[in-house]
Formats: sequence, C-alpha cells, structure tokens
Amino acid sequence: MTHAAAPLDIRTADPKKLIAGATGDWEIICGLEVHAQVTSQSKLFSGASTGFGAEANSHVSLVDAAMPGMLPVLNEECVRQAVRTGLGLKAEINKRSTFDRKNYFYPDLPQGYQISQFKSPIVGEGEVVVDVTPSEQIKVRIERLHLEQDAGKSLHDQSPTLSFVDLNRSGVALMEIVSKPDIRSADEARAYVTKLRSIMRYLGTCDGNMEEGSLRADVNVSVRKPGGALGTRCEIKNVNSIRFIGQAIDAEARRQIAILEDGGAIVQETRLFDPARGETRAMRSKEEAHDYRYFPDPDLLPLEFDDAFIAALRDKLPELPDAKKARFMADYGLTSYDAGVLVAEREAADYFEAVARGRDGKLAANWVINELFGRLNKEGLDIVHAPVSAASLGAIIDLIGSGAISGKIAKDLFEIVWTEGGDPAKIVAERGLQQVTDTGAISAAVDAIIAANPDKVAQAQAKPTMLGWFVGQVMKQTGGKANPQSVNELLKQKLGI
Amino acid sequence: MAKLDLNNLTLAGARDSLRARDYSAQELTEAHLEAMEKARALNAFIVETPEQARAMAKAADARLAKGEAGPLEGIPLGIKDLYCTQGVATTAGSHILEGFVPQYESTVSSQLWRDGAVMLGKLNLDEFAMGSSNETSHFGAVTSPWRRQGSNVALVPGGSSGGSAAAVAARLCLGATATDTGGSIRQPAAFTGTVGIKPTYGRCSRWGIVAFASSLDQAGPIARNVRDTAILLRSMAGFDPKDSTSVDRPVPDYEAALGSSIKGKTIGIPKEYRVDGMSPDIEALWQQGIAWLRAAGANIVDITLPHTAHALPAYYIVAPAEASSNLARYDGVRYGLREQGRDIVDMYEKTRAAGFGKEVRRRIMIGTYVLSAGYYDAYYLRAQKIRTLIKRDFEQAFAAGVDAILTPATPSAAFGIGEKSDADPIEMYLNDVFTVTVNMAGLPGLVVPAGLSAEGLPLGLQLIGRPFEEETLFTLAQVIEEAAPKVGLPEAWWG
Amino acid sequence: MSVDQATVRRIARLARLSLSEADVAPLQGELNAILKFVEALESVDVDGIEPMTSVMPMKLRLRADVVNDGENVAGVTKNAPQSEDGFFLVPKVVE
Repeated sequence: MTHAAAPLDIRTADPKKLIAGATGDWEIICGLEVHAQVTSQSKLFSGASTGFGAEANSHVSLVDAAMPGMLPVLNEECVRQAVRTGLGLKAEINKRSTFDRKNYFYPDLPQGYQISQFKSPIVGEGEVVVDVTPSEQIKVRIERLHLEQDAGKSLHDQSPTLSFVDLNRSGVALMEIVSKPDIRSADEARAYVTKLRSIMRYLGTCDGNMEEGSLRADVNVSVRKPGGALGTRCEIKNVNSIRFIGQAIDAEARRQIAILEDGGAIVQETRLFDPARGETRAMRSKEEAHDYRYFPDPDLLPLEFDDAFIAALRDKLPELPDAKKARFMADYGLTSYDAGVLVAEREAADYFEAVARGRDGKLAANWVINELFGRLNKEGLDIVHAPVSAASLGAIIDLIGSGAISGKIAKDLFEIVWTEGGDPAKIVAERGLQQVTDTGAISAAVDAIIAANPDKVAQAQAKPTMLGWFVGQVMKQTGGKANPQSVNELLKQKLGI
Repeated sequence: MAKLDLNNLTLAGARDSLRARDYSAQELTEAHLEAMEKARALNAFIVETPEQARAMAKAADARLAKGEAGPLEGIPLGIKDLYCTQGVATTAGSHILEGFVPQYESTVSSQLWRDGAVMLGKLNLDEFAMGSSNETSHFGAVTSPWRRQGSNVALVPGGSSGGSAAAVAARLCLGATATDTGGSIRQPAAFTGTVGIKPTYGRCSRWGIVAFASSLDQAGPIARNVRDTAILLRSMAGFDPKDSTSVDRPVPDYEAALGSSIKGKTIGIPKEYRVDGMSPDIEALWQQGIAWLRAAGANIVDITLPHTAHALPAYYIVAPAEASSNLARYDGVRYGLREQGRDIVDMYEKTRAAGFGKEVRRRIMIGTYVLSAGYYDAYYLRAQKIRTLIKRDFEQAFAAGVDAILTPATPSAAFGIGEKSDADPIEMYLNDVFTVTVNMAGLPGLVVPAGLSAEGLPLGLQLIGRPFEEETLFTLAQVIEEAAPKVGLPEAWWG
Repeated sequence: MSVDQATVRRIARLARLSLSEADVAPLQGELNAILKFVEALESVDVDGIEPMTSVMPMKLRLRADVVNDGENVAGVTKNAPQSEDGFFLVPKVVE
C-alpha cells in the first residue's frame, strides 16, 4: 500500500526516535501489512482442513489444487471472523464487499491467481491504541482489512535443481490488516504487532502463532529528514516474527540512510530480511514490474450482509484489552503498567481476575505479576499450564490476609503448591506453617537469643540497626513462623531500645 | 428388430420403448457404439468409452427389469469433452490437458448418470470452447454430417460444441451435453439441424466443467427435437452448493410444459437483429417463424434492444479477460503437459506456448492486455457497464410484456472447413452476433431448426426468454418445430 | 488504441507464453484487429452505469465451516508431471 500522500502524515517527529546520521537526524516512516491466519476449521473457499503440520498435500481439496472446473464457495466463519476483527479494531464494517483475482504465476499459487479483496474490502478504516512503553501511547490508524487466500509452500533445499511444492496452506484464510504509515520506530512496530495479536487472540480470530506462520508482516519502510518530504519506500516481504520485524526496520532504515547520505537514491523495490545476517536484500524474483490484473472474481458474487448480522457479532464480542485495562485500573486500583501487563493476554487477565475477585486487587496483581509470571518465565511455561491455579493462589493470599501465614511463608507455600500441588490451607495445617502469634512462645525465643549473645546485645543497644540481626535469629529459631511484628516489639522492649 | 432402427429413434421414443422392454439398453448402446465406429471420419469423439457404455447399459437393464428406471435409463449420450469425467481422460480439446484423467465427475454429468444415462464417450470441441467451427481443437476439426446439395465439400458443424452437434445429427447418440459461452450450443445446433438450449445463467452447475469465461459459461443439451432437449435439461439442471453462482430453485418438468397453448403470448421482434450482410435465406426464415407463431395465436410486437450491436465487441473483452485468468492454472505443475525449461518461468512459457493452440493464445493475450495496468477501466470496466445496458434492454422489453424474443440463430448456414480466414479473427467471431447477447444478459436462449438454405443446409431460429422461463421457450420452439417443413437428418454418407 | 511489438512481448511475458520473433508481427496484427473491433465501445455513454457484478440477481451463499474435503494426496498428485513423496516438483525457484 502506498503511503506517499502528505495528508496521511499525522505525527510530528519525536526527537527520541530519530536516527542520527552523518548529515543529521533521520526519521523512520513505517506502515505494516499484517497477514493474520483466520482461526477456522476449514479453508476460505474449500472444505479442506487448516490444520498445521500435516503430510504434504494432505489438507488439499481439488479446489485448492485448482483442478479444472473447480469452484470456490466462501466459508461463513471466515466472514464472521473478519467482521469480529474489524469491530475489535473499531473499524468501519462494509456491508458489501467483493472478491477480486490477483493474477500472477508462482508454483505455490495453483490457480494462477489469489482470491483477495482489492477494490472493496470487508473492513474499512479503524484504529489501534498501542502502548509503546508504560508511559507512551500512540495511535496507529488502520486503512483496511480484507480476506484473502494464503499460498502454498515451496521447499527449495530438498534438491539442487528442483523445488518441492506443498499446497497444504494453499487457500487457508488470511486477514490482511493494512496500517497507515503511522509507525516511527522499530519499537513502535513491535508494540503495534503485539497489540494486534493481543486483540485478535482476545477475539479468537487469529491464534497469532508465529512459529506456525499464523502471523506475518510485509513491512514498508522509508526514511526522511524530520518533517521533510516522504522518501521512497521499500517493502520487506514476509517477516515472520515480532523480533525480526523490529530488526528488519532498523536494518532497512540504516541501509536507506547510508545510501542517501552517500548521495544515492532509494529504488522502490521488494526486499527480504535475512535474520542470520541482520540485513535486507532485494528479491531476486523481481525481474519484472508486477501487473496483477485485478478484476472481480466471476466465480463469486459480492458478499453482502445486513446490520443485524454485524449487531449479532458485536453483542457477543468479549471485553477487549483496552477496556479491560481501564476496568482493572478503576476496579482494582492497579497502576497503568500493572494493568497493561495483566491484560496483554486474555488468559493472564482471566487468571488475575479469578485471583483478585473479592480480594485486595493490588496484592493479587503483585502476586500474579511477580511470583506467578516470574516463575512461569523461569520455567518457560504458558499461563494455561501454570501448576498453581488461580483458586490456589487466591487461597494463599487469603492465608496471608487472615494472618495465618507470613509473606515469607506464603512464598514457600507457593513453591510447595507449584511443585507438589495440593490445597494451600491443608498444607499449612499439616506442615505447621502457621504464623506464631503466641507472645509467650516468641518471648521465650527472644529471651534465649538475648541470653546467648551478650556481645550482640551491647552492640544493638549502641546501634539500634543491629535489631535486624536479632529479628533474623528469632525467625530462624521459630522456623519463620513467628509474627514479625510481635518479634520486633518484644525485642525492642527487652533490649530497651 | 433391425439395428438401423435403433439409430433412428428419438430420445423420448427410446425411453418409452426401453421401459416397454421392446429392446434392451445394451442393444441400444451396441447400435450406437457401432454407429460411432463407422462415423470416425467425422471426428466427433475425442475418446470413445465402449467399456463404460456397456457396463452402464447393463446396469440400466437391471434397473429397468426391476422397474426402477430413472428418467434417462439406458439412454446413450455423448459428453462434451469440457466436462470432467471421473477416470476418463478430459482434454477440453487442448494439448495442454492431454493425458489428464480427472478424479471427479462434473455435477451435470453425474446427474445424467444418476438418472440412468449411458456414456458413449467424450465429444470433440473447439479448444477450451473457443471457436465457432470446431476447427481449433487440438484433436482435429469435426466434419459436419451435413453437405451442401450436390457437393462433398466438408463443412464445419459449428462450434464450440461441434462434436456434440455432429454426433447428435449423425445419430451417434440420442443426445449430448454441450456448453455455451457466446453461442457454443446454439450456433452448432443451427448448423446441424438440431435443437440446443443455453439455459439461464445459474440453472446448471458449472462445477467440474472446464471454465472458459465463468460469468458467461452455461451447460445445456443438444438433441434431435424439442422434447428430447427438454427431457435432457431436466436432468442436467439443478442447484449445486459447490457452485456459488448456481441458483437454488426447483427444476420444472420441462417436458410436461410442451403442448400448452401459446395463445396470447407476446413475442418481441428486435429490429437490431436485422444486420448487414445477413443472407436472404435467413431473413425469409425469420419472417416465416413470425408467421408460424402468429398463426398459433401469439402476439407479435416490434421491440428495440438498442445496445445489441455492442454485445459482440463487449463479449470479446469480457470473455478473453476471464479466460486469461481461468487458464492460468494450466502451468505444467499439477496436471497436463509440461515442457522442460531452464527455470520455472521458462518451463511455464514453453509449456503454455506448446500446450495452447493459436486461438487460445490469442484470446489469452487479448484478455491479459485488457486487464493490464492502465487499460482496465477503458476496456474491462467499460465492457461490464455495457453489459449492464444490454441486460437492461432485455429487462425493459420483458417489463413491457414481452414473453419471448424471436431472432435468427446465425447470420448464415454452415461454411466449409478452412473457409474462414485465420488471419482475421473477427470474421469468425461474427458467427456469434445473434447468440452472444443472451450470454451477456444471462438469459435462456434456444435454437430450433426451421428450414433449409438454398443449398440444402439447415437453418435455425433463436428464442430468447425471461430468466428461468425455459418452459416458455420449449413450448414456443415446439410450435415452430411442428409448423416448419421437416429439416430431417443428413444421409449417412460417412459409412 | 493499438499495441506495438514491445507491448506484444510484454503481454506474452505476463501471460507466460513464450513467443518466437516470427510470431510477434502476426500476433500484433491480430490483436490490433480485435482492438479495432472493440473500439466501437468507446462511443457508448456509460456515465452513471454500474458495471455488472452478477448476471442473475442473487446473494452470495456461504458454506458452514466444516472439514469435509482433502486427505487425498494420491488423487491430488495423480496427474502431476513430476511428483515425489506427495510433493509437486518444479524447476528450482529462486526468491
């Protein structure tokens, strides 16, 4: 998509985001075309499975293989998914859209054309709010979202002279989400794609699984002097991870700046990102200018639906990340940062809410973000596979709240539940982890330690900060179960400080 | 019963006598297989399928014996080789599909087998149905069973369904499937003295029929009289969820509509169909047709279809444009011909240049050009707007009370093989001047033989109907069929 | 409008049809004859006319999202000029 027209430029240059060159600062202008695989059982125009990782050409119908006389029939769920996504992007839904053929020859494009929506897409302009950092939000405008067919896969490393073609992906539904050129840095691009993925996962319209190719992006990059005329852009095709999207933008911007500062000119072209080298290179198969000869697919009719169809989908939309974040801040008193972290994934947000419901929200957020997320990260686990359920974590928090266990013991208890499982309250009872609040018992321990350490007593009386050492000793003696507040009070009293 | 008789039946007659067990489906099939063998000089079939035919006839006899006969039980038919037939080579008349054996059966042909019909083989056609003479087939031209009086010059049967029309006229089958994108059923029917109908767009499924121009292609039958054609269409028509352009509405019993009165029906006569260079025979025939319908009680009114003249040029933008895209799948990767190349592009280019014949390449070129950057609006978009105007012309006539429109079918009778110059494609394209409007507007059109030219060749009249009113066309056509002097069938000079 | 020989070559390339030098001039003539034939359309007033999108007035039908096709590697590759292990084989593609 073009981003050459000046009125499209809605942002002024942010000095923090500029790239320093030999001739001064440069600003990156970037727009993305994200290709998101629609979550559906069967393909956009055929009844073959969309399942990943099958034997070559097994998820292929006669339609997908473009056998003579085969015809496309549109999958209703893919239409609903596109509309849901459009609603999630606060975009205009087009009640009439058309399917066009994009004609070109390629071995993994069996029909010799891709069925796409060129002239009248199903979704029009929308907007995504992106948190670049906890304190910086930008808006990225969506130009359009359209439905199209994915191509097959060619393997080039099986033989020196042949490519192997597998059409399993051929005809799988994609949503192409085209942004306006509102992105100004690699960080912004990463945050934008992360947000898109989050929205689509909430909606259940795309699983966002980059390893399986469910989310790829074509990245349009140009550079200019801040506020100056837009430069010539290059399109980096098919970048398949969020990390690589960032790297590709930086590499391409540096390449363009070097050329421009050398007095050269940027050639508008299609490029590929090579992650191993960290650089982009021109595609070799660009030997001719593309002329896709778009025209309405005569095998299909215009796609039309009414307001009721849209309303029915709108009514069933889940709460999306932005709304959830606002609610978490309002209802649970969370900081913007904590709320942002918690809503990034729907499962995490659900987990948090299950923990926080009827409890101290901030405490719940701390536990989920610090203990749970920390532990999950360490183990490389997904939240849905967390060994400590939300109910168990809630129970642990309740045990702290009731004074049954101390914060420190709670962490031990969390570890026990994580590794061994079990009901937290029962574990506390069975293993005698209850906090000791009986001053008699604490008093005895304090007395014993004072008696055994006369030198430390003298030091503490001279330097009250030594109190901490005594607290530690008492806690050790009581197996960590003594109520720290009682220990403090008794020590101060008995040491006379 | 003598075998000769079994080759001279009507479909309806054969159907009834098979049920009466006057002869068996196997006997009927053998008689046709024998006739096909003797008629190989006509080159009507690309593939003969005697084994399938015998097996199907045997199964038909079993069902007939059990009283479980379908509407077409035991009826031997030919299938235009544009229909994909499971396990039987399907070529579309092209070198590029040589050796291709579909793993599926087209919806329309499967409905014929469902109803008990017997497949004799695959009928010759212009390559990818692009032609009006059957001369563009990779498998050679079809020779018409008709000859000019006192001449043995080989004539074309018309096209693209030339094999279908020739086989039906030569009594090699009781009926045949055909397809019509710009006149490919009706023009060969007119040239061979047979009846052919292009139904309303969406009436027959396109699934499994090799696509030429998707928005224009329709399947339909060719048979030796109106009743037989009506019987065949009933089996061929019907909703197919696998074709997004198939229309979901019940299929009437077309045969049952025959014989109803046409009194009070309003027949429009469009003045724009009186074209320069039309033969006097055709003009006379048209007037004769008007008189027959009037005599049967129809109201004759003059109408105007002002955009008629633009239909053929617009067709030669829309059809090649769609074809250029539809034929992109023939790339040497998944089926059909592959010519070795230095690299993938070279393989594509060599395969497609070797696999497609001259006319097909020409149309791909034109279609590619009119869709290419900078020309789309001037050509394709404009042509589709003109199509809207053409359709509107008809809608206005129908809204004014016209029930059907009577026109000539072709500007002339059949011409000789090789007679039309290859260097000027337009000369050949003009054959479709009366038929192409119907495809552009999606309407049903039927051609019925109505007389002979001065040279003794069949001439046809065309009836154009409202959408999905094929019954009206059959009824009117039968009135003409009964009123017209018997056109008959050609002498079997071929053996 | 008419086409020159460079356009004939460009269009043949787009359509993936190899063209010998001897083919170019005759093809140019034929294409120009067709383009001349369709030139008459330029005079038609099409202002405000919608291009045809479907010749019969009907709504696009949608199908239910169920897997009921595929799992037919042998059938899909049966007609392939060259295939191996269920893959279609083509001359090496360089990206």
